[in-house]
Amino acid sequence: MSLTEKDKAAVKALWAKISKSVDAIGAEALGRMLLVYPQTKTYFSHWPDLTPGSAPVVSHGKQIMGGVTEAVSKIDNLRGGLLELSELHAFKLRVDPSNFKILAQTIMVVVAAMFPNDFTPEAHVAFDKFLAAVALGLSERYR
Amino acid sequence: MVAWTDLERVTIKDIFSKIDYEVVGPAAISRCLIVYPWTQRYFAGFGNLYNAAAITSNPKVAAHGKVVMQGLEKAVKNMDNIKATFTELSTLHSEKLQVDPDNFMLLGDCLAIVVAAQLGKDFTPVVHAAFQKFLAVVVSSLRRQYY
Repeated sequence: MSLTEKDKAAVKALWAKISKSVDAIGAEALGRMLLVYPQTKTYFSHWPDLTPGSAPVVSHGKQIMGGVTEAVSKIDNLRGGLLELSELHAFKLRVDPSNFKILAQTIMVVVAAMFPNDFTPEAHVAFDKFLAAVALGLSERYR
Repeated sequence: MVAWTDLERVTIKDIFSKIDYEVVGPAAISRCLIVYPWTQRYFAGFGNLYNAAAITSNPKVAAHGKVVMQGLEKAVKNMDNIKATFTELSTLHSEKLQVDPDNFMLLGDCLAIVVAAQLGKDFTPVVHAAFQKFLAVVVSSLRRQYY
């Protein structure tokens, strides 16, 4: 399921429309994920406040979307381009890779809610493939 | 036994009163067939599914979307016994349609996205959480008769 040129173009086109709101998307997606998929809270037991809109959630959501932004710029070589981030997730954070899919779905729900006219089925399939490829890149160093 | 809070019950009924079944059902099924194309294996008799435009305008796909919504409505009306309500549907999907049950949540994910697009700001994190729980119970009930 590798990204075709058509997929990459669709991702970049969608990104152009949503990029001004990435911080908000990140904060919203992370906050939602913790509420909608409570098992993900296990990774954040060190935060004082896990509710949507709280300071650690907003700040960390922004950080995560910074990573996704970087991935968009490295869309032609995600496996190589995300090696450092992969090492972080593999050795330090040790996030079970199944959670990447959960966050991806949550990001897409937020994008759909905020940009219903832009998140067409064609944009959806390309973005889903892209986020899956990012997840694969992040999993690269796990074992 | 699934424990629903009062807020969850009200939220689920509210979602289903707000969404347009004629739009959401067809949109969710089309998205599933487009975003996860292997699901097309179950719709061989539906005619032209060649590309996104064909799928979106296919009348059999649209009709089936409405059938799915009617099924979900049964669950909304029987929230305390979705398991029993879906026994026959589960057997149907397992024995007759032979659908891989892992596909159920693929449709569920597409439904969440379509409902989010329809409700926009009203699809708050709390509403989203209740909807996801509802989907999880529906999927679990549809999986029950597989063995």
